[in-house]
Amino acid sequence: MDMNEIKEIFFQECEEQLAELESGLLKLNDGDRDPETVNAVFRAVHSIKGGAGAFGLDDLVAFAHVFETTLDCVRSNKLEPGPDVLKVMLKSADVLADLVTASRDGGGVDEARSRGLVKELEALANGETLAPAAHVEAPKAAAAPAAPMPAPTDESGFQPIPFSFDDEPETSTFEVTFKPRRELYSKGNEAALLLRDLSRLGEMSIHCDIDSLPDLDKMDPEASYFGWTIFVTTEKSEDDIRAVFEFAEWDCDLEVKPVGAAETSEELPMVPVPFDLSALDDEPAVETSAVEETVAAAVSAAQTASDVSKVAAAAARVEKKEAAAPAAAAQNNAAQNNAAAAAAAAGQTIRVDLDRVDRLINLVGELVINQAMLSQSVIENDATGTSAVNMGLEELQQLTREIQDSVMAIRAQPVKPVFQRMSRIVREVADMVGKQIRLVTEGENTEVDKTVIDKIAEPLTHMIRNAVDHGIESPEKREAAGKDPEGTIKLSAKHRSGRILIELQDDGGGINRERVKQKAIDNDLISPDANLSDEEIDNLIFAPGFSTADQISDISGRGVGMDVVKRSIQALGGRISISSRPGLGSTFTMSLPLTLAVLDGMVVTVAGQTLVVPLTAIVETLQPEASAIHSFGATQRLISIRNSFCPLVDVGRILNFRATQANPVEGVALLVESEGGGQRALMVDAIQGQRQVVIKSLEANYTHVPGIAAATILGDGRVALILDVDAVVAASRGQSLRAEMSLAATG
Amino acid sequence: MKKKVLTVDDSRTIRNMLLVTLNNAGFETIQAEDGVEGLEVLEGCNPDVIVTDINMPRLDGFGFIEGVRRNEKYRAVPILVLTTESDAEKKNRARQAGATGWIVKPFDPAKLIDAIERVTA
Repeated sequence: MDMNEIKEIFFQECEEQLAELESGLLKLNDGDRDPETVNAVFRAVHSIKGGAGAFGLDDLVAFAHVFETTLDCVRSNKLEPGPDVLKVMLKSADVLADLVTASRDGGGVDEARSRGLVKELEALANGETLAPAAHVEAPKAAAAPAAPMPAPTDESGFQPIPFSFDDEPETSTFEVTFKPRRELYSKGNEAALLLRDLSRLGEMSIHCDIDSLPDLDKMDPEASYFGWTIFVTTEKSEDDIRAVFEFAEWDCDLEVKPVGAAETSEELPMVPVPFDLSALDDEPAVETSAVEETVAAAVSAAQTASDVSKVAAAAARVEKKEAAAPAAAAQNNAAQNNAAAAAAAAGQTIRVDLDRVDRLINLVGELVINQAMLSQSVIENDATGTSAVNMGLEELQQLTREIQDSVMAIRAQPVKPVFQRMSRIVREVADMVGKQIRLVTEGENTEVDKTVIDKIAEPLTHMIRNAVDHGIESPEKREAAGKDPEGTIKLSAKHRSGRILIELQDDGGGINRERVKQKAIDNDLISPDANLSDEEIDNLIFAPGFSTADQISDISGRGVGMDVVKRSIQALGGRISISSRPGLGSTFTMSLPLTLAVLDGMVVTVAGQTLVVPLTAIVETLQPEASAIHSFGATQRLISIRNSFCPLVDVGRILNFRATQANPVEGVALLVESEGGGQRALMVDAIQGQRQVVIKSLEANYTHVPGIAAATILGDGRVALILDVDAVVAASRGQSLRAEMSLAATG
Repeated sequence: MKKKVLTVDDSRTIRNMLLVTLNNAGFETIQAEDGVEGLEVLEGCNPDVIVTDINMPRLDGFGFIEGVRRNEKYRAVPILVLTTESDAEKKNRARQAGATGWIVKPFDPAKLIDAIERVTA
């Protein structure tokens, strides 16, 4: 793995962290005060900053740092995350996302915006804590008070220590008095290692102070009894010497004072002992002996080596390491297993080129058709259905089915990322037009084919912009109408009869039908004397070239109308409808297929044609009895099912397969549920059976046909059309609606 | 014998960097994703040095360090705190929990190796 790959991982992780950040902030916005939510938000920014720092992405680090500082105030309860605070934070999350994108793809960001937010964030942190807001420089500044001596030159606090004994003109000698306390050892520091590091600074002479060493029987093996006085001659500064003890300074008495070079040799109270560095720098294999040597050297310097027992305190520590060594070997295997497990955990997801998945899906599609054809020809030759070939085929069919489901599952993704993008758009557009709007999302984990997700983002963005710009009123208007000045847009997704239903609901003013109608007349879309139902007027907004904004605004007036939205939804095999209530808001409902590849269908015959009805739409099938059929007006017929009436729709008539309606008693009724929720009984002539079919787009291969969703190839090689149930229902609705209403009036 | 390093960090990016850096420097590396996993992995991996992050889900670095220090077998293992926290308070808390030393991010391979060398023989 090289740095570029890690960088790739970093950006992937950033995406996850940004999503985490946003959902956490939104939770806080909804009043969630779980400390873990705040922590998760903090960690997200923190992780981005950490990774960005490693790659030298300074702009990203700088912004993340300020953001993190303010979040830390929230985390430590110094700052209450009220609506104003969260507004700034959500915007900051957006800028952070922009910075991540800019770091990955190059390109700039809106610097004025990010500078403005830095100020706002700092003000929040300041206002509550009275501490100066931290800048990027803050870590260095903050580190300084921590250390009683001037901060080391390197911002990390570590000094690269050149290892050179070459004669340098500017050397001076320091007297270092170092007396560790027991805490130094209990935190895993080691006096011998510190002395080793010190020795790397220059020439050193060392004296071990053993005055406080008690007799062996009174000795506490974990206590610290030794102290050292070291004279070190070095070209380094006093700060460099102190830096050696950086990790230990709290847990020892340390004094560093310069002495004159001439004095040193005269006043040196002990025998200088050359410090054997090579021993310490050796391979870890000899580590224990190296430590022993070090300790021995230190002790002999004090000329007390005869009293062996007195090194016990230091030696005990060495023994501990020795004892650990065999255990290490024994546990080597376990460690490797652990490492392997960790690697496996990391490899739980793989990234696969989408083309490969698509190719697989296409192949499986062909496999399904092929399997169907094979089954058909076997059935034709083996009417009893008991031959081994037949049994094998059944298994093949099941396997094919499972392969297909598994392949489809590869492409299924939750709609969450798309929904999350929308919340940003709502914020930005609401800010631009000076409205207060809350986006509520529901069912974000609803899964749908990746193609659908990719293609839904653009129309959805457009609709969201529209809802913010036109749907929700200004706060003043809302208050005047007795509504909450803050508008709400609800975006929800759910599975409904084998499709995904995405609803976009606003609590705005609803469609202004007067204005829509006037506009349509002005644009020659309808004639001035047209008599239109409310529903028809509402649907005018989907007409090509229609825009209701009196002034084309920067937000929704980009030359794209709802007609384009409708077309892109239709291209996905979906439908969009609107329902609006004046003063209460509008709801756009999009119904999309979960996958664009296969479908469970009921194969039926209508006027000699073979059609496929999506199984998911069918509630039940029934054979109508003459007594259950009721005529209603000239053409309408209803069927009574368990004491309720349901409009009867002759598919053959709707699709113009025949000129007159067929006799319901001679056919079969398919009770279907349409996207509006109402039930209809679709009349077909006969049912052939259920089958899984591979969807072949009509639009791509021919052209859009009203009432037909797509086509498929059947086992016998013939092309069959797949019925668009909702479109058929919608086509019949004009009359049926009236039928229902009259029925309600009379009944 | 290679020196063994246990790293504990929730960031995939940093974990990968630690792995590459430590492996290149000739260490054997064992990784955990948070404090809880760190303590689990610790048993039976017997590291020469531990490098841990502070901000982690489930069990943060402070808790993890305390856990290691409570463990009779590993209480003397040097622990380096790898974190962007550079203020005195965090450092102090890490020290009180029993950290041996710290490495202030941004992540720098040379700094990491240097710090590990400083606390190991």
